[in-house]
Amino acid sequence: MSRPTRGWWRTGLGVMLTGLMLFPVYWMINVSFTRDQDVRRSPPHLFPLDGTLDGYRAVLGQQLPYVGTSLVVGLGTVLLTLILAAPAGYALAKLRPPGGGAIRFVLLIAQMIPGIIMAMGFYAIYLNLGVLNTVPGLILADSTIAVPFAVLIFTAFMSGIPDDLIQAALVDGANRLRTFWSVVLPVSRNAIVTVSLFAFLWAWSDFVFASTLAGGGAHRPITLGIYQYIGNNNQQWNAIMATAVVASIPTTLLLVLAQRYVAAGVTAGAVKD
Amino acid sequence: MGIDVTRTPRSATVREAAPAVPTAPSARRRRPGGARWAAWAFLAPVVVYLIAFYAYPLYRNVELSLREYTVRSFVQGGAPFAGLDNYRAVLAAPTFPQALLNTLVFTVTSLVCQFAVGLLLALFFHRHFPLSRTLRALFLVPWLLPLIVSASTWSWLLNSEASVVNAGLALVGADPVNWLTSPRWSLVSVIIANIWIGIPFNLVVLYSGLQAIPRQLHEAAELDGAGGWQRFRWITWPLLRPVSAITLLLGLVYTLKVFDLIWIMTRGGPTDSSTTLATWSYRLGFGNLLPEFGSGAAVGNLLILLAVAAGGCYIGFEHRRRLS
Repeated sequence: MSRPTRGWWRTGLGVMLTGLMLFPVYWMINVSFTRDQDVRRSPPHLFPLDGTLDGYRAVLGQQLPYVGTSLVVGLGTVLLTLILAAPAGYALAKLRPPGGGAIRFVLLIAQMIPGIIMAMGFYAIYLNLGVLNTVPGLILADSTIAVPFAVLIFTAFMSGIPDDLIQAALVDGANRLRTFWSVVLPVSRNAIVTVSLFAFLWAWSDFVFASTLAGGGAHRPITLGIYQYIGNNNQQWNAIMATAVVASIPTTLLLVLAQRYVAAGVTAGAVKD
Repeated sequence: MGIDVTRTPRSATVREAAPAVPTAPSARRRRPGGARWAAWAFLAPVVVYLIAFYAYPLYRNVELSLREYTVRSFVQGGAPFAGLDNYRAVLAAPTFPQALLNTLVFTVTSLVCQFAVGLLLALFFHRHFPLSRTLRALFLVPWLLPLIVSASTWSWLLNSEASVVNAGLALVGADPVNWLTSPRWSLVSVIIANIWIGIPFNLVVLYSGLQAIPRQLHEAAELDGAGGWQRFRWITWPLLRPVSAITLLLGLVYTLKVFDLIWIMTRGGPTDSSTTLATWSYRLGFGNLLPEFGSGAAVGNLLILLAVAAGGCYIGFEHRRRLS
């Protein structure tokens, strides 16, 4: 595909543009290693010459429980999203029930609802049910970001599975549940990976639901950890930026290990909120 | 139905290549009522889920906006019905015109700039060159970072005391700017950060749109002596129009929703100068010691109307495109 065509000047320009684009990310890393007394230096050091790990020590000391909560919430959201979305995608793509079009329409509209509005409704409901500040409550709320997207991805992907494959399994005597489980799901691996990646990333990054539904409890995710750091009066910016670096680890892993799934997800019309 | 987000060029080719579509009618003839029940059994969890965790919270939100809530009645129930009072109060509030204007400026400026930069970059990366794939992947980073990470990083980049941006300005002899703390610049600051976050999405979608344009068209035009600008004007731009429209509409829906970024960078301040409908709604409901859930929900519902109107345009557009 890529035919390198004597375009080294393009590479040079590309590296410069990428550098410009990623400068804020570099600056985050730079500040995370800067000593307290240098953080407000003017003009700032461009490199962490007298680097320190104080920021990361603060993260290890204070933020680890938050990271744990975020991991649990992220994995829980992935699981819930897959359980709900994969069967629905199969039904919409292959069984085509009457009313399926309407459901796809609803799923599309659902993606357009601002999170802050969902959060207010959830807050009222959770308050009455007494499930504010609980991990399952947060998982449930976070899953609303991913489920509509996930159903649409599964539907699009499973439409491409040859009908003969499914018919063969049915003829062999497998019922539909079994066909779904041992024929459709295994060949849908790519869709499962894409959906899982985005569900995890969105739950991990969520701030709206975390701050409204889990702001006061013992189980707070990493996004709130950063937010509370910023809100403190003695702003330790190296610690804030170190936490931000830690919070960016899933993004980095994703880009390194699963780049093609990311591109597939974006081009499939992912609406990030 | 013409309502599929996945109709980007890449998945469109996948779909056309798949044998599923032509064989569908015969497959349907083979199975009577049983398949219908099976279909609904597979769909039931998601339908229940949508009702319980989408429709019901939205219903509660509407209900909140129609009653006169206090903290006490919020917990215990029994808030008196207030009709459209909350909406009247919100529309009459001095914050409303400011928030509406800010929402429009924020959305339009972000969209135009993200799209323009994204398109230029897509054209740049369209010609493969050494390392182009890796660099393109790196461009995704801002879009995938948690918003709170981007927002706090930009807060520090633009802070008044010792920010690197002001240091850069000093190098070229300009005066330092109070990016986040002056009413003149706060909206500009959050727009800059939002453009930065949105560029990757525009780049990736427009790039995939460019890939779908047949190379032969360009080659033929080149033989006929068309220059680079002419080829862009008469081939790339018209053929890219469907993808451009979708990119802009998805961007519109996304940008209307932006809340975290502004809240973390400026909290909508100073004095409402960067308040949008989304941040105003949050501030009313959660940002003060004495929450005003009724008004907050009313603002939120006005925002939904805007978002759904934008979404309606998108769906209508997709529908027309599918028909043609």
